[in-house]
Amino acid sequence: MIPRYQKVLFVVLLVASLAMGGELWHLRQRAHQRLLAGEDSAPTQAPEVAPAEQATLLVANDADASLLAQARSLPLPADPGARARAVLGSLLDLYAATGSSHPVPGGASGVAQVFLLAVPGSKAPQDPGAQLAVVNLTGNFVAGHPSGIETETLTVLSICGTLHANLPRVTQVRFLVDGVQRATLAGHADLTRTYLAAEAAPSEGSNP
Amino acid sequence: MHWSKSVNGMRRLFWVLVAVGIAASVPLAVPAQTAPTNRFVVVLDAAHGGDDPGARLTSGQMEKTVTLALSVRLRSLLAARGMQVVTTRESDSTVDPNRRAEIANHANAQVCLSLHATESGLGAHLYASSIAPAQSTRFTAWKTAQSAWVTSSLRLSGVLNSSLTNAGISVILGRTALPVIESMTCPAVAVEIAPERDSDNAITAEPDDVAYQARVASALAAALVQWRTEARQP
Repeated sequence: MIPRYQKVLFVVLLVASLAMGGELWHLRQRAHQRLLAGEDSAPTQAPEVAPAEQATLLVANDADASLLAQARSLPLPADPGARARAVLGSLLDLYAATGSSHPVPGGASGVAQVFLLAVPGSKAPQDPGAQLAVVNLTGNFVAGHPSGIETETLTVLSICGTLHANLPRVTQVRFLVDGVQRATLAGHADLTRTYLAAEAAPSEGSNP
Repeated sequence: MHWSKSVNGMRRLFWVLVAVGIAASVPLAVPAQTAPTNRFVVVLDAAHGGDDPGARLTSGQMEKTVTLALSVRLRSLLAARGMQVVTTRESDSTVDPNRRAEIANHANAQVCLSLHATESGLGAHLYASSIAPAQSTRFTAWKTAQSAWVTSSLRLSGVLNSSLTNAGISVILGRTALPVIESMTCPAVAVEIAPERDSDNAITAEPDDVAYQARVASALAAALVQWRTEARQP
């Protein structure tokens, strides 16, 4: 003879097992639908490539400490911040190439972001007033940068000059490394000050 | 009896005080000091040091070692020419950039040279501050204290350029934002020694090469002698 409490317990456990089975089936169906929805949102066509435009790069040369303007045809995004990053990426790729006149390892990945802000005290941001570019360099790029007054100064000035040449509204440039302020680039060039981009863009081939 | 003893004691004290007063009023014999116009002080700042090694040269030598060696060599040459030399470090020790500028400013120097070495470029690089020139004022911001001296620094850079060029060393002139010299209140130039290269860009002498350093040091010493001569001209 089975006691009454054991019968009740059996029924309760059976109902719980069926309920849990049903819930498991329901969760499985939902996960499957989420997966299908994810596949639907996957890109089905290649992203549109930005049209190539003329960009001016101020390329440094360690041999005579000059900055030489070079015209390049580059696919540039419409967004000014992304455009600034693309131009600087191209400049740093030149420096990372073999036989570079200003060898600096790292390449385009050395610039994490470029933020464009209205210069404090200038007109409203929507006006075509002066802009401050905040260049966020990566720690890896800075760690690999050669140490020396000349080489560090040329890197800083070529970045400032290139920004000003392609985005004339950029009049001031500041630098961050991995999002925080850093005293120097590699022991020499001051990264705490605000650089005037126009002063860093000398005439072609002249010393900064 | 007791009364007469205390009176005698008072008299002795009186005469002791009189004697001290007379002695204090007599001028002490002070050794003759050199005239301020003859004083020519040069500050030599051997960059980096201690925890901050600076650049690593191809030879494996660290920049801090090369700058200290050049500082010692140049100090001897300048002292032999009658100049008073103040150095920011004499050993492999860590010296804060602000402390270096403090040492230079306290020395009230006629020349401040910040010595550096690098592996990039060639010859000697002479850098003055990129701060815009400004009039000297009673109170100056620490980070832009060089502004009142930039014009002199550029002239000094020209004198150093002539001397180094005459010694057969390639020179590059420029301006930079170097925190140490920007706080100095003296004609200040950063001298960076790069390798000497031939026409094929091959290195013929590293910055730690003793003979190369000696040529650079004697060219710098000759330039400072000329700078002193120009400074003394009415």
